[in-house]
Amino acid sequence: MLEALDIFTQANFWAATLRIATPLIFGVLGALLCERAGVLNLGIEGIFVAGAMSGWLAVYLGLPLWGGVAVAAFTGALFGLIHGVLTVPLGLSQHVTGIGVTLLATSVAYFGYRVAFPNVATPPRIEPFAPLDLPLLGDLPFIGPILGQQTAFTVFAFLCVGVVAVVLARTPLGLALRAVGDNPEAVEAQGLSVVALRIGAVMAGSALMALGGAFLTLSAFNAFYFGMINGRGWVCIALTVFASWRPGKALLGALLFGALDAYQLRIQTIAGGVVPSQIFLMLPYIVSIAALVLVARRADYPRALMKPYFKGQR
Amino acid sequence: MHPDPRPLVLSLSGITKRFGPLTANDHIDLDIRAGEIVALLGENGAGKTTLMSILFGHYVADEGAIHIADEAGRLAPLPGGSAEAALAAGIGMVHQHFALAENLTGFENIVLGTQSLWSFGLGRREARAKIARLVAESGLAVDLDVPVARLSVGEQQRIEILKALYRDVRVLILDEPTAVLTPQEADGLVATVRKLAAKGLAVIFISHKLHEVLALCERVAVLRGGAKVADRPTAGADRATLAELMVGRAIPQRERPPSTPGAPVLSLKEVSVGNPGQRDRLENASLDVRAGELVGIAGVSGNGQGALAGLVAGLAAARAGEVTLDGQRLTSADPAGRVTAHVGRIPEDRHRDGTIGALSVAENYVLESIGDPENQCGGFIRRGDIRVRAAEMIRAYDVRCPGPDAAIRALSGGNMQKVVLARALEGEPRLVLAHQPTRGLDIGATTDVHRRLIAARARGAAVLLISEDLDELFVLSDRIAVVHAGHLSPAMEAASLDVRTVGLMMAGHTAGEAA
Amino acid sequence: MIRFVPRERTPVWLTVAVSVGAGLVALLLTAIPLALSGAPVFTAFALMARGAAGDGFALAETLTRATPLIFTGLAAAVAFRAKLWNIGAEGQLYAGALATVVLGAGLVEAPSYVLVPLVLLGAAAAGAALLLVPVLFKTRFGADEVVVTLLMNFIVLLFVQMMLEGPVKDEMALGWPQSAPVLDEATLPKLVAGLRLHWGLVLAVVAAVLLHVFISRTVWGFRIRAVGENARAARYAGLPVGKAMALVGILSGGLAGLAGASEVAGLKGYLTADLSPGFGYAGIVVATLANLSPLGVVPSAIFIAGVFVGADSMSRAIGVSNYLADLVVAFSLLSVLVGGLLTRFRIVFVRREPA
Repeated sequence: MLEALDIFTQANFWAATLRIATPLIFGVLGALLCERAGVLNLGIEGIFVAGAMSGWLAVYLGLPLWGGVAVAAFTGALFGLIHGVLTVPLGLSQHVTGIGVTLLATSVAYFGYRVAFPNVATPPRIEPFAPLDLPLLGDLPFIGPILGQQTAFTVFAFLCVGVVAVVLARTPLGLALRAVGDNPEAVEAQGLSVVALRIGAVMAGSALMALGGAFLTLSAFNAFYFGMINGRGWVCIALTVFASWRPGKALLGALLFGALDAYQLRIQTIAGGVVPSQIFLMLPYIVSIAALVLVARRADYPRALMKPYFKGQR
Repeated sequence: MHPDPRPLVLSLSGITKRFGPLTANDHIDLDIRAGEIVALLGENGAGKTTLMSILFGHYVADEGAIHIADEAGRLAPLPGGSAEAALAAGIGMVHQHFALAENLTGFENIVLGTQSLWSFGLGRREARAKIARLVAESGLAVDLDVPVARLSVGEQQRIEILKALYRDVRVLILDEPTAVLTPQEADGLVATVRKLAAKGLAVIFISHKLHEVLALCERVAVLRGGAKVADRPTAGADRATLAELMVGRAIPQRERPPSTPGAPVLSLKEVSVGNPGQRDRLENASLDVRAGELVGIAGVSGNGQGALAGLVAGLAAARAGEVTLDGQRLTSADPAGRVTAHVGRIPEDRHRDGTIGALSVAENYVLESIGDPENQCGGFIRRGDIRVRAAEMIRAYDVRCPGPDAAIRALSGGNMQKVVLARALEGEPRLVLAHQPTRGLDIGATTDVHRRLIAARARGAAVLLISEDLDELFVLSDRIAVVHAGHLSPAMEAASLDVRTVGLMMAGHTAGEAA
Repeated sequence: MIRFVPRERTPVWLTVAVSVGAGLVALLLTAIPLALSGAPVFTAFALMARGAAGDGFALAETLTRATPLIFTGLAAAVAFRAKLWNIGAEGQLYAGALATVVLGAGLVEAPSYVLVPLVLLGAAAAGAALLLVPVLFKTRFGADEVVVTLLMNFIVLLFVQMMLEGPVKDEMALGWPQSAPVLDEATLPKLVAGLRLHWGLVLAVVAAVLLHVFISRTVWGFRIRAVGENARAARYAGLPVGKAMALVGILSGGLAGLAGASEVAGLKGYLTADLSPGFGYAGIVVATLANLSPLGVVPSAIFIAGVFVGADSMSRAIGVSNYLADLVVAFSLLSVLVGGLLTRFRIVFVRREPA
């Protein structure tokens, strides 16, 4: 039993927690931006795939790593634009459109990968983000090894949390975004464009989602695999509800989830043989559902979420 | 008319707007001067909303032009179809349904959209100072730092007006501003509007409440059927002349034949509904509605009417107390049980609760009774029979629609309400619940609803009418009870009451204090 | 300036035209990435068409592939009609498949006229039970069923893998994770000897007709439609909203479960963890393309199946990735969504006058 507790004292475990949490941080932040503006973006799963693939391919083709990050963000924004145009001015079902965007982004990424690499047995690799070389922090006991395993991409994720939090809470833009997710008429009446704000939010959110995918191929791993997203996007949608659409809580939720996932990976090796590995692999999904069910009743959904708005209609 | 020395701030000329065959606005001219309070009077569907939507850029006029004074007082044309341009030109509007983001504070709502989206920070200090000045000038005191959701309707309205003032409006449009207020709150609003007009603000006051128009406005423009039929000073006008201008004919007095009430059909004894934290709840409410009697419930919406209607309609159960219907106790929330117990129910919101837009007129007609033997056989729907009976209903209730198979959402509000009414009154219910049955209807449709309710009462049904329209309540009710903050007053003989007393009770005074 | 004016009535021909048009637009849109990849566009499409319906064999293969898609398409159609966003047909399909091998691979021994219905019923029950969980979460706790059903797909697949390594493992398969084969008595017979086409197709078409009659002609179908279009008004009118939702869950999950049974008992004969190449998700496209009409699901499923079969064949011939089929499917969904606007609105062009 002690072994199960020992895990918490291992720097490796905490390092893995951060690594697993990073893509989720991006994903939850992205979903939160879209939903705060009133648009559910179920394109997230596919946008993760497209971000992972495009960012990686850009680097493989010679762009610097941060160039790959930019390409991924751009790809995400592009799919966000599709989702935004279909759901905001055209007012199509956000559920079905989102699934459509996921199918499209996934198939574009897979088809593109197959066009670039028709017949490869082992996936081609790139040189990913290197672990941080921290002058002072790196020498600290315990903390040092944890941070020493992280890359600049993870630091960037934490920065994004701060930026999104400040923008939402303290700027006119954030005010307008929060308002458009609550009552688009209020925004329209004040002379702002509901369509522009919502599409903008969906594009920005989708760019963040794509960064979550790119982290996997540019930092956590060094190649693109089919099926590597494996439901991470959907998990982010559940975590967004869990986080009550707040950036700080989103960070917390992603870290908790990361810790849980890292823990189940480690406990597998201890309890393996007795309990089938699939049980542990199910845990993250089960916990996501449980979290969703637990908070659903109290969840303070943005009032205008999933309600299309047409100008001049009262 | 002698020339008015005050400068012109807004001039509409020849505004025309057509929707297909319907002419919503027909060559309307309207001039407004600084400091003037002008009433825009008209029935629903007379073209008031369309005209204001054009002014505010939601629609573009087919013909005509709008000119508005610039800073220097020169009239300049206002580009159509742009809310931004209307705002920038100094036109502000307080809608009947507030345009507030309820998750933001009052302060945030006021500054929303007034700065560049790409600027940083909210410029709080200057904004605060300006709002403080506006509050001092107008007397619109309200807590600016709590989410709007926590404010009362009257307070939210103050935020709405401050929002317009903050943008330095020169023309302020108030759309049915008193509809949501108690008479006393309305008096406060009137005082504020006077104060603002004295400082040079031009105010357009949209209303169909004639006494308010006469009391507050110096000039009144009347719209009927899309055209302006009168534009005259209020001095020398009275309610009857204005009403006739608005309706275009003398209003017939509704006849309410005397009726001797029988035994109580619906009886509430110290009933509580809803959580104590809610505003729309009932606490220890007692009420009898007798056979052959129409009892009216007055009150500002959200004070317990929803709880009462929900209880009677079967959407909610009583938390405490005893509810009986014809002597049978009602204990659970059971809409289907109310249908079988012969309660006819007309919901407040016919779009959300009363009809299913995508289904046909016939399907909506049998919505409550689809399981009955005349509508189904062995689980299969008798489509032919239903269509025939729906066609009969369409004739009997004079529903204007393409036929029983037309989707009900294509119908006008009045025709939709006729279908709801037909369904509710089908099978001669013992009890009829009518919750805001005439809201948003024109006078013709309203008269029709009133006639049907009186007919139900005449044949011995108990009728419970919940309404915000005091005129309607006084015309129809045998007895009236007032609900405020969850407390229901005893029902009093309508003949013994006057509007002022009911108004005070709506604001929370007891009958004794009010009398 | 463009205005959308709501239609009072939508003619049937328009609905059909929009679906067909959406399919064509999807093919056109797919030509863009195809051309960008440097492949011969016309050759590729011609090969796809030939591969999907060029001869009897190709057609039979398309119909075989359409069989599970009809089931999952119906599952999505009935759920979406009631605004129950069941995105979990994939998981329910696997649950049905698992039930099929549990019941049909030796646990019960009976003649086929007993065992086949039993297996089908078991599969439908498994799928239905799986969907009732999120339906319960939705009605009881207000948890969004989209995320729950999506996440459950992953859980079910892991569960199936676990079962394939444990209780239902085929000991003869030498470590390869697959189930024991279903008994002959549990197998759906082939329709034509020598082809893979099986009785599952007939079942699927019958299910579509029955579902159509159920939804449009019966009291419960009416209630489901009413709840789907406006649950508030349905509740106010005293309709049993919770029961109608549960019924939708049972129907939708059951139909998805039958897709799994049909694949295992009709086609594969055993269960593996790669039984479905996304039939559950494709069912959403099938249903949307059919405008959620059960009868429309049949041709719509055949079209989508043709795209998949044709793309496989084209891919073998000229080496263009068969992910092209997924592109067509995705574009179909988005095109039909946009095209759906034409069925709900008349598009009127309004001249905007100069300021």
